[in-house]
Amino acid sequence: MSRDEVNVVWLGSPTFPKAAHDALQDDQLRRNLKHATTTIRDKRLRAVAELDDWETLRLAGSQIKDRVMRHLDTYLLQLEASVTAAGGVVHWAEDAREANWIVTELVRAKGATEVVKIKSMATQEIGLNEALADAGIEATETDLAELIVQLNHDRPSHILVPAIHRNRTEIRDIFLREMGKHGVPAPDDLTDEPRALAEAARVHLREKFLRAKVAISGANFACADTGTVGVVESEGNGRMCLTLPETLITVMGIEKVLPSFADLEVFLQLLPRSSTAERMNPYTSLWTGVTPGDGPQEFHLILLDNGRTKTLADTAGRSALHCIRCSACLNVCPVYERTGGRSYGSVYPGPIGAVLTPQLVGVGTSDHADSLPFASTLCGACYDACPVRIDIPEMLVHLRAKVVDAHRGGVPKPEALAMKGAKVVFGSPRRLAVAERLGAIGGRIAGIGGGRWLPGPAKKWTGARDVPVPARESFRTWWRKAGRG
Amino acid sequence: MSAVTPADTAQAKAAILGRIRSALGDVPGDERSEDVEVTRDYVDSHATGDVVDLFVERVEDYRATVIRTSEADAPAEIARVLSGHGVGNLVVPPGFPDALSARYEGLRLSDDPPRTPAELDASDGVITLAAQGIALTGTIVLDAGPGQGRRALSLVPDLHVCVVRSSQVAADVPVAVRALVPGRPTTFISGPSATSDIELDRVEGVHGPRTLVVVLISG
Repeated sequence: MSRDEVNVVWLGSPTFPKAAHDALQDDQLRRNLKHATTTIRDKRLRAVAELDDWETLRLAGSQIKDRVMRHLDTYLLQLEASVTAAGGVVHWAEDAREANWIVTELVRAKGATEVVKIKSMATQEIGLNEALADAGIEATETDLAELIVQLNHDRPSHILVPAIHRNRTEIRDIFLREMGKHGVPAPDDLTDEPRALAEAARVHLREKFLRAKVAISGANFACADTGTVGVVESEGNGRMCLTLPETLITVMGIEKVLPSFADLEVFLQLLPRSSTAERMNPYTSLWTGVTPGDGPQEFHLILLDNGRTKTLADTAGRSALHCIRCSACLNVCPVYERTGGRSYGSVYPGPIGAVLTPQLVGVGTSDHADSLPFASTLCGACYDACPVRIDIPEMLVHLRAKVVDAHRGGVPKPEALAMKGAKVVFGSPRRLAVAERLGAIGGRIAGIGGGRWLPGPAKKWTGARDVPVPARESFRTWWRKAGRG
Repeated sequence: MSAVTPADTAQAKAAILGRIRSALGDVPGDERSEDVEVTRDYVDSHATGDVVDLFVERVEDYRATVIRTSEADAPAEIARVLSGHGVGNLVVPPGFPDALSARYEGLRLSDDPPRTPAELDASDGVITLAAQGIALTGTIVLDAGPGQGRRALSLVPDLHVCVVRSSQVAADVPVAVRALVPGRPTTFISGPSATSDIELDRVEGVHGPRTLVVVLISG
């Protein structure tokens, strides 16, 4: 798979079990993640509890998204017409390569060799920064966390707070080492106080904001009836990009369209409380085409497919497209909390990534993406947290079946062999009795060494799990001895 | 070099729409979008008690300063705020009422003709009106109407003084959204610029104004 085709999964990423195994060895990472997820989780519960009609709002959000998906062609055409009528230009991109080409040509036409960017999942998904770099255009991420990740040549680990795996000392070291290579350097006496680090980022980026001719953003939503596009953010870097440059290019997944401007009353309640756990995020910007004398005088909206129509075609997986990228499901997931976002090897980590990633790239096309539906305990916390009621556990089970089907006929996986063996044993009372006796003996042997692992192909499985020591005698033996048989 | 035009991506458009239509084979051909039920049983407002008091409490929750005053006292209060922050020159957008800044003794910088981003960056602060306030979320809404200026004005200077009248305070988000004029460039501001990207420690002031003062005029 070349970078041009799809960047949803990161090239060369190991399958989830391997990556998770490595991540689990990193104590610092686990501490950072535990602190982050616990803090956001508790705060979100308080923010949500303030609205006694939360379930009603969730239902409305889910129904609006359902309406959009069932009539996506109609809404996209309506959006195109309203954006065009308001002075914007709409482009369509089937995949990452096309979207990157459109952006590159638009930037070139302005004669720009640098652009400022608002954090956007869609542009990460298509690998836009790398494509622009190949064309000799430097793209600067202006969200603080994204800047940290970019300066460190790192991968993001969370949808909302991408640098959550880094602590303040690591961030100071990154700023001191890298900022000077790309613009205003960090002061020599930079401390690791968050306030000082934010100030260094402010100074480093302000020069770029004031100079930039072209900005690139994603979109949280776009209203079909009015052509209004919205971006929700905290730092003001979004406003800087959306307001100061002459040209604004927005790359938007086709699923982000909303039927009407009025629907914002639902999503502006659901999104902030679910993502940053605030009543409202500091800044929300809404713009409609171009406004003479205010903001960019040239606006391009790129409607991106990149696997979304494939996802739409699976009626059981379709609602993964309802996702509003709030990241609530990451913060409540016991698997995410222990392994971190980078283990998922995709721009979409956590529970939503486990269902969205394999669908966007296609089930059965990559061992790595195929491992993601299994990266879950199916505990259901993600469904409870999702502001648009995506039934992630049900979808995980559905995708597991699809993955198994896609691999049928090849070399059977160890799990399949184990299940076949189980069928043989459970199929006969005599064989089961023998197996139980062997298990009890094996358990005693394993118990001697205090071991909790299994030999052979099962060793990998027990590498990450404790195996309960089998009982010293089987239930049947005990039953007979107790004189009840 | 010429830019990409919609004609260049017409083929992609046809392909995407075609794929969407074939993906939606389960949707009956005669189903209209409004046939898909949306239950709007959510409440219009979660606000209880005095809406203006709630607005003050919630704006202060975001570590912004709120000054409550009357129409008559507003010019003096505004002058006090500006001198308190050492504002020597102040950006004043077209349409901002002269009376409100009458007691201010520093230099007024007009935005007509528009100032460059660098000039705004060099200013000490900006004063604007607002389109609305939202009590429950502690939000002020600007839509570039008279006295509010273009979006860059309330963004680049480090101090933003925003004048809101109590009659402009909506109780909650749905009420406020319904009062918006869709075509206008609109900004919802809830407290000063902030980040929690470093160990989730909240830091005010990254790129937008680090100080937000709301002058709330009763009546």
